[in-house]
Amino acid sequence: MELESLTIDGAKAAVASGEVTATALAEAHYTRIAVEDVAINSFLALSRERAMAQAAKIDGLVAKGEPLPVLAGVPVGIKDVLAMQGAPATAGSLILKGYLPPYDATAVARLEAAGAVLLGKLNCDEFAMGSSNENSAYGNVKNPRALDRVPGGSSGGSAAAVAASLAVATLGTDTGGSIRQPAAFCGVVGVLPTYGRVSRYGLIAFASSLDRVGPFAKTVKDAATVLQVLAGKDVMDATSSDRPVADYVGSLSKPVEGLRIGVPEEYFGEGLDPEIRAAIERVLDGLKMEKCVVKPVSLQHTKYAIPTYYVIATAEASSNLSRFDGVRFGLRAAEAKTLSAMFRETRDAGFGAEVKRRILLGTYALSAGYYDAYYRKAQQVRTLLTRDFLAAFNKVDVLVAPVTPTPAFKLGEKTDDPVKMYLEDIYSVAASLAGICGVSVPCGETKAGLPIGVQVMGKHFDEATMLRVAQAVERMQTS
Amino acid sequence: MSERAGVTIEDVRRVAELANLELTADEEPRMQRDLSAILGHIAQLNELDTSGIPAMAQVGEMLGGVAEASGAELRADAVRASLDRAMVMAAAPETDGRFFKVPKVIER
Repeated sequence: MELESLTIDGAKAAVASGEVTATALAEAHYTRIAVEDVAINSFLALSRERAMAQAAKIDGLVAKGEPLPVLAGVPVGIKDVLAMQGAPATAGSLILKGYLPPYDATAVARLEAAGAVLLGKLNCDEFAMGSSNENSAYGNVKNPRALDRVPGGSSGGSAAAVAASLAVATLGTDTGGSIRQPAAFCGVVGVLPTYGRVSRYGLIAFASSLDRVGPFAKTVKDAATVLQVLAGKDVMDATSSDRPVADYVGSLSKPVEGLRIGVPEEYFGEGLDPEIRAAIERVLDGLKMEKCVVKPVSLQHTKYAIPTYYVIATAEASSNLSRFDGVRFGLRAAEAKTLSAMFRETRDAGFGAEVKRRILLGTYALSAGYYDAYYRKAQQVRTLLTRDFLAAFNKVDVLVAPVTPTPAFKLGEKTDDPVKMYLEDIYSVAASLAGICGVSVPCGETKAGLPIGVQVMGKHFDEATMLRVAQAVERMQTS
Repeated sequence: MSERAGVTIEDVRRVAELANLELTADEEPRMQRDLSAILGHIAQLNELDTSGIPAMAQVGEMLGGVAEASGAELRADAVRASLDRAMVMAAAPETDGRFFKVPKVIER
């Protein structure tokens, strides 16, 4: 079986027709992982037992001629910040080394209930903090398209595994760009659903007002199929929305003619790589050919998105990460004589430099005397950033912009300068702060052969229109 | 927030203590340098006049999601099974099976 071009429909059809068993399909992926992932390092743990039990169950359904669920036999991978029973959950951190969660995240449970075969857990930046996957305690992930370059972060393993055909689809998480940016760097599709659209139950929290769970896939249709399975209210997550879930896959067949496409001028300023700019302009020309109405819009507070994000995200992280204290799970500094020494020594040994940096920054921003100047100020600017989007969406149906200012950079290129690394998220964090949905779709490559992604951003809870435009972009690439 | 937010070593130590982090001697100057650079970047927010702008904690409140606040969206208060104690305790660094064990809380 040809794994490189295997999609969800292809995998499911092959399993349904008996061309391949779900068991053999899972084995083929494990074989490929054993060979290819030595260089890429995308998987941190394999859940072979659970995968094979599920594959056998699917094969049983096929043998009995019973109806197959929508992801029947589809091999998937899970970012290691999501709990999955029977597999370790490290969040890319030493502080959770060896931790086995006693339950499944809702997103994980929904995938398996829909027939997916869970291959294992995927590498990421520690606690999802990073833009290059160089902050994992378990080694860098390499970009499958150029092994001397980063896959992006923080969901670097999730993007790389799909790009290298080690899984048909994967789950990632996005707090400031962690799905869209690695999708762009690795040349795959990555979806940031609207805040509240997908349950976060079982997600190891980084910044709770920003964290979201979403899919990576090879095609827009596959991503829509996985999102359909993930989306919807969950009683275990009070922040999940009970708004009705649209028919994402069904609406892909509707034409894009007449849709109004906004082009935010602030996303095309200084610092944007000329080859990326040219690729996005080709996308906009293509959408005009499809009779979309393309018009400029202004998101005037865009330049404040990065400083706003790095106050809010780190403040929330400093609070969320206080639970890692050596008491209930994970690492404990065994030598410590008192409780407070145990806390400090455990956290010192368990957290990496970037996590410490962000905890310190967030604690500083929330500390007495600074709260109003930093945290409250950032929350007010967050309102302004969100109002920018709400005003733009009064005039247009979706926004089209770059995902990243540059293509995938070299390993080690930005590790010495945190501000430089943070600026990598310049086109992705505003959508995170505003809670809108976004998707990164491949739209060509640079002369050096590095993938370029284009970002389509949609209104709150209007993933359907966003994915429709994304699919039109995808169609242009092959025609 | 000052235009040039200079963080001192003492600031770093104070915040580390608040955060229950213990920094090594070579981590301290690195963190001082990085926090100063990041806070310098964040100082851009001062360019904006935000008087009268409401603070936003998360996006639900911007979308007219007031139903939650009125209590209409609360789930039924019903007893449900919780995680199995043995499975939870199996992940603990030190336990007697019923409780999490920790080192001495107060030193005499």
